[in-house]
Order: sequence, then C-alpha cells, then structure tokens
Amino acid sequence: MKLVEKNQIMDPDGMRRAITRIAHEIIEKNKGTDGLVLVGVRRRGVPLAVRLQAQINEIEGVNLPLGILDITLYRDDLTTLDHQPVVHRTEVPFSIQGKKVVLVDDVLYTGRTARAALDAIIDLGRPQQIQLAVLVDRGHRELPIRADYVGKNLPTSSKEVVSVRVMEIDQEDRVVLNEISD
Amino acid sequence: MWKRKDLLGIKELSADEINQILDQAVPMKDIIKRDIKKVPTLRGKSVINLFYEPSTRTRTSFELAGKYLSADTVNIAVSTSSVVKGETLIDTGKTIDVMGADVVVIRHQASGAPHLLAKHIKAKVINAGDGAHEHPTQALLDLFTIKEAKGSIEGLTVTILGDILHSRVARSNIWGLKKLGAKVRVAGPSTLMPPGLGDWGVEVYHRVEDALEGADVVNVLRLQLERQQKGLFPTIREYARQWGLNSRRVSLAKPGAMVLHPGPMNRGVEISPEVADGLQSVITEQVTNGVAVRMAILYLMTGGGVSDVPR
Repeated sequence: MKLVEKNQIMDPDGMRRAITRIAHEIIEKNKGTDGLVLVGVRRRGVPLAVRLQAQINEIEGVNLPLGILDITLYRDDLTTLDHQPVVHRTEVPFSIQGKKVVLVDDVLYTGRTARAALDAIIDLGRPQQIQLAVLVDRGHRELPIRADYVGKNLPTSSKEVVSVRVMEIDQEDRVVLNEISD
Repeated sequence: MWKRKDLLGIKELSADEINQILDQAVPMKDIIKRDIKKVPTLRGKSVINLFYEPSTRTRTSFELAGKYLSADTVNIAVSTSSVVKGETLIDTGKTIDVMGADVVVIRHQASGAPHLLAKHIKAKVINAGDGAHEHPTQALLDLFTIKEAKGSIEGLTVTILGDILHSRVARSNIWGLKKLGAKVRVAGPSTLMPPGLGDWGVEVYHRVEDALEGADVVNVLRLQLERQQKGLFPTIREYARQWGLNSRRVSLAKPGAMVLHPGPMNRGVEISPEVADGLQSVITEQVTNGVAVRMAILYLMTGGGVSDVPR
C-alpha cells in the first residue's frame, strides 16, 4: 500500500486561521473560559491543543489547563489489527470532575477514536460536559458522533487519507489529501 | 512488536523485548494510581492462574493485572483441585485450554513445567516461577523498579545477595541485568552458590562487605527455608550474622543505593527490619510495579493481532 499526494487542503496560514477561529468559537459557546480544560488526543491532537491554549490565552488572557490523552487501551480494533500499537502515557494532571472538557484531535473520520477518547475521559472522572474540536472533519461516520468545532469540512472518498502535518512532529504545518494506490 | 506465544524465561528474551515490556509498564502504572483502575483492553479474554506452590503477591498481582485490563481471571488452588486426585499437569492444562483460556499463568515446583505445558496447550503460557529455574516476571519488575529510579540499567553495579542456589529470582535477574548492560555481583555462603557460577558472567564474592562496596543496587534474596537440605549452613542465626543485610552493611554501598527484596521477607534473617523499612528500601514499590509489569505483559501477549504466530 502506497500513499500518493493528491492535493493540499490547508497551508500554514490556513491552519493558523482555523485554529484562531476555533479558539473564538470555544470562548463564545462557553461564554468565557470558566471551568474549561483542553485535552489533546495523541499524537497530533496534542500540538493542536497547545496552539488552541496559546490562542485562547491571547484572546482572553487565561491559560487553560492542558491534558494529554492516549486512547490505545480503549480502541475497539485491538484484536483485529495486524500490528500492536504502543501504549503511551495519559497525562491529565488536574481533576476533570465537573469541568467542561474540550477534546482536541486532528481528523474526525469514523468516530471510533472519538468514542474511545470519550470512554478514556470518563474513566478519569465525571466532567460536566465534553466537547469535540477537530481540524478536519472528513465524514464517513460509523458512530453517532459529531464535532462541536471544525476547522474544515472536507468531503472525501474512503480511498483517500487526510494527513494533518504539524511542525512539532512533522517539521511542517499543512494538511494534505493523499490517495491509496496499490 | 511482540511475537512470542509464551513468556517462559528471561534467558531467551532479547534486550529489545525486555525494554518493550518495561516501556509499556510505564503507562500501566498510571492506571493503577487512578480512581477508576480499569481499562477495557482485554475485555472477553480469560487469564487462568494455576499455582502448584503457595504465593501471595505473584498470584494476586496477576489477578489484579488481568482485572485492571478487564480480562476475566480465575484462580485454581491446586490443593482443592483434581490435581489431588492424581491428574497430570498436561491433563489439567488441556482441561483449562478447552474451556477457552487465553492465558495460563503457572507456578510449579518442577523446573521446566511451564515449558512442558506450553507445548501441549493452545493458550499462551506465562511462567510465574518454576522450581529453581526462572521467575521472569519477578526479574522484569525488579528491572523496571531499578530503571524507574536510576533512569537506565546500563553500567550499574547490582549485588545479588544470599541463597543463589535455590533462587529462580537470582537466575532470571542475572540474565536480565546482563542483557541490559549491568555489572552483576553475587555473594552468599559457598554452599548456597550453584556450581559454574563463573560462566554466567558475574563476579562472585565470598564476603558480604566486598560485594556491597560501591554497589548501586542490592537485591536481597529470601532464604528459601522450604528448599534447604540439611547442612548447607549451620543455623539461621549464623546466616543472619554472616550474610544478613543490616544498616552498617548497606552503608558500604553507594550513597542512595536501592535495596530490593522479592518477598516474602524473613525479617531479621536475610534482611534487618530497619533496612527493610528504611529510606533506601523500594520493596513496597516493587509490589506496585509488579502489577504494572504484568499488565504490560498481558497486553503485549494478548492485546494485539498475534494469534497467528506459529508455535
């Protein structure tokens, strides 16, 4: 299986603007930042959550608590995968009891990662609310899950792969649409 | 990626495999410290504890490790099982196997019993101690405890003290420590040293003080009173005086050296109470780490798509 790049969906400026807009929407929807915490889903949800935190700080002057969630142990496909995913640490060094948790991930696709993330969060405590922020929503949901904040809606076919590339991990900021070729 | 069906000993593991287990135990330890100590990872898997010898911590540790990962765990107490009616190990194993066991954790007084079982059943087999041969999960939790405190095993000097002859913990530890690049010293009465120890790549000491000098880690073995034949050492008091780890002797090791003991302790025999409960002791931490390491092992062995591995 090989991936061939089809086209670029977002450039660095596009990503920055989308994150700025999502930051504004989070503040608006929650009427400020009271009780808000951010939780990034490993891996690429984490740098996106860090950027949202910085952006919200710029707008409101508040540094929201930021956690990291590893959902490996909550996946529903562990017995069918042909490779075994490595478990990393979940680092949520604050109580989420009664908080409004904004989950941050790079791509929303089948909804299975979001489902696993919801279960993982609830095992850490009982938040008042969980909201979902994603940079790209590419459709093809297999579960009744939707995002509260979306950077870009992108209609795709199931032969395509959306790849969010971030400076912290991939040494560049952009979103690319790839196609699987055999 | 984990490719083995069974975990029978440290001797056959590579350094990479050992490190893989130690790395996966780090996030597992976080789970033990949460309010909700459960993840759904091994839902629908079954883990059977088959213990032919007494055990508190290893059996409970495996049971909790399985439960924290949502596996169904069952303990078979051999003294109340069909074993007392004369059922053979293989027949007992096959019975458990066809009930749908995914993992059988076995402790047995005979060296090689887990290997024999592994050849005859489809379930994955974990050795929880076989005779005086190996106790791989104990060695792994000891390695994890050392690595957690010291950052790395490589280059450390580790002294293993006591009854080496009867100790499966010592054997597994020596192999594991050597593979990860530690310098290993052993010390104990010469009657409690196995022949040919020199070939294991360890330094053999005959005075406890020499063995402890400058050590980073001291792992004190339990004097296995149930396995002693007569005449290997004069009396328990004599053993305690000559070989027991006390504060004065600990002070010969490096400042801040760690003291480990696999438990259960004979307090006042191989280790004095003030050392066992002292600041340098990590004995209770070892118990917590034991659960984390066993969770990592269960996850690696059953959590992924490894069912098609040829046996």
